[in-house]
Amino acid sequence: MSDKKMKATAYWKENVKYLFLLLTIWFLVSYGAGILFKDALNTIKIGGFKLGFWFAQQGSIYVFVILIFVYVRLMNKLDKKYGYD
Amino acid sequence: MSVQTWTYILVGITFALYIGIAIWSRAGSTKEFYVAGGGVSPLANGMATAADWMSAASFISMAGIIAFAGYDGSVYLMGWTGGYVLLALLLAPYLRKFGKFTVPDFIGDRYYSKTARIVAVICALIVSFTYVAGQMRGVGVVFSRFLEVDINTGVVIGMIIVLFYAVLGGMKGITYTQVAQYCVLIFAFMVPAIFISIQMTGNPIPQLGMGSTLSDGSGTYLLDKLDGLSTELGFNEYTSGTKSIADVFAITLALMVGTAGLPHVIVRFFTVKRVKDARKSAGLALLLIAILYTTAPAVSVFARTNMINTVSDKEYVTMPEWFKNWETTGLLQFDDKNKDGKIQYVADTDKNELIVDRDIMVLANPEIANLPAWVIALVAAGGLAAALSTAAGLLLVISASVSHDLIKKVFKPNISDKGELWAARISATVAVVIAGYFGINPPGFVAAVVALAFGLAAASFFPAIVLGIFYKKMNKEGAIAGMVIGTLLMLFYMTKFKFGWFGGGTPADWWFGISPEGFGSIAMIANFIVSIVIMKFTPDPPEDVQEIVEDIRIPSGAKEAIDH
Repeated sequence: MSDKKMKATAYWKENVKYLFLLLTIWFLVSYGAGILFKDALNTIKIGGFKLGFWFAQQGSIYVFVILIFVYVRLMNKLDKKYGYD
Repeated sequence: MSVQTWTYILVGITFALYIGIAIWSRAGSTKEFYVAGGGVSPLANGMATAADWMSAASFISMAGIIAFAGYDGSVYLMGWTGGYVLLALLLAPYLRKFGKFTVPDFIGDRYYSKTARIVAVICALIVSFTYVAGQMRGVGVVFSRFLEVDINTGVVIGMIIVLFYAVLGGMKGITYTQVAQYCVLIFAFMVPAIFISIQMTGNPIPQLGMGSTLSDGSGTYLLDKLDGLSTELGFNEYTSGTKSIADVFAITLALMVGTAGLPHVIVRFFTVKRVKDARKSAGLALLLIAILYTTAPAVSVFARTNMINTVSDKEYVTMPEWFKNWETTGLLQFDDKNKDGKIQYVADTDKNELIVDRDIMVLANPEIANLPAWVIALVAAGGLAAALSTAAGLLLVISASVSHDLIKKVFKPNISDKGELWAARISATVAVVIAGYFGINPPGFVAAVVALAFGLAAASFFPAIVLGIFYKKMNKEGAIAGMVIGTLLMLFYMTKFKFGWFGGGTPADWWFGISPEGFGSIAMIANFIVSIVIMKFTPDPPEDVQEIVEDIRIPSGAKEAIDH
């Protein structure tokens, strides 16, 4: 394998690792906290919000926004590391 | 000044603004027409994407649906935002690197096949047409209620405006009008929400007001109060749902994946300069969308509580003016079944005397809360901005599918750039007329087709694109079989349970307890499985295609979107 190809493969591996990590969080806040474990979380109350309900209608959306910006930062760093920017 | 005068003024100013922008940003080449020349800044693209995405359904209907569905409405909130995470992480950067004009372009080139391209074009057309008809209808509703013109006249006015800037400016005109439309619609949504939040809870931030105590001095939390009112009237507790967990899960997944697979959203990421910008722009788009999407559930809680307090067990004759206004549109109906002159608003359909159309909640909310006339007029201008911006984005996808993917790539490859530009303009015009026709004569199954649009996008495009990027060995046989099976399965399930074809069926017959709205997720999984199985038994894709896949995974060296 040429140097260029090895670099590309290594870059792709790190990229996929990030995706896996971020999408796990994506799954946990929406399908986890907002749907599957909603009833358990609803026993906890923060202010007027039941926690499961809050995740389903507010919290998951905030986390989605943060996830994309974390992704942007991680990828910009990765691009720099491999000289792809 | 009256609400109507204010509405004329605000709608007039915003329309003049859109037309001004359209004239300033005319498209001179196909590249400008399809991808706005490819030099749009991430922020402008983020705003345009947000306006493109937030349709009449998000602006007018969503908060109303949630107001009546409570927790079950969460599927729309998570589904229509979570899809952007998939879009940003799995699709946008790679499609930008690929650097073509349309989604069928990608499918056709990646799967080295005209058949794949045509299948993709057909899916894009079905998805976009079903969606655009709903937008035109939304324009008609706003016009008829606030400007007191006939619904059909409203649709025609909307058609002319969209025609003007979509046909003249293409993607370039649409992008910059959408930036203006985002500003109008978000302002129009936030102002009444903030007013009402202060009124009800004393907290100016609706997202927090929703979880605060009532400002009537009782110290009760707003949500507890609403849960109490709902159960008292026999409704379901607001913060718990009635749908099964499996169904909520499936619908949310179908909406998320469908969002990521919608061609009019994907194509927006072809307009930025670099791969880096595509990622950032997706983040900005979601941030701008989240402002409305986190406010909407608060609006739902305010509106529902306000409405129950205003009407429940009150004398009919004491109802405020907005009540009578909406009664004349037929969207609010009162039938005094027990002849006591009071409004009984309860869950039991035999005793319930009030029928409220969910679509009026956002539009009527400022009136219910007694807000000033200009705020009410602002909501009308915002609803129009939301509907027009989405309609324009969809029309572009339709015209590009016809002029670029069909005429240029399949039927007449040697057409000149100028000829193609004219073809694009003519197909946009035809598309507007057809959309207008459906707006005036809406098929009775609009709600069903919109769910179908998401299901189809989930079942057809999403797997084909994701596999095309992440699975180098995926070949045309697998992708085409997957798209065809996914689409057919979705159509079968939808027509069976929505229209009663193939023997019909009741919710008891749903497969795995999943509603037609959520079935897109099952059809998507079927697409993935079929694609992979077929691929195992058919030849690998050619070397040069595998090299294209390696190349789109690397962000550097993204060329401007080019014609081949």
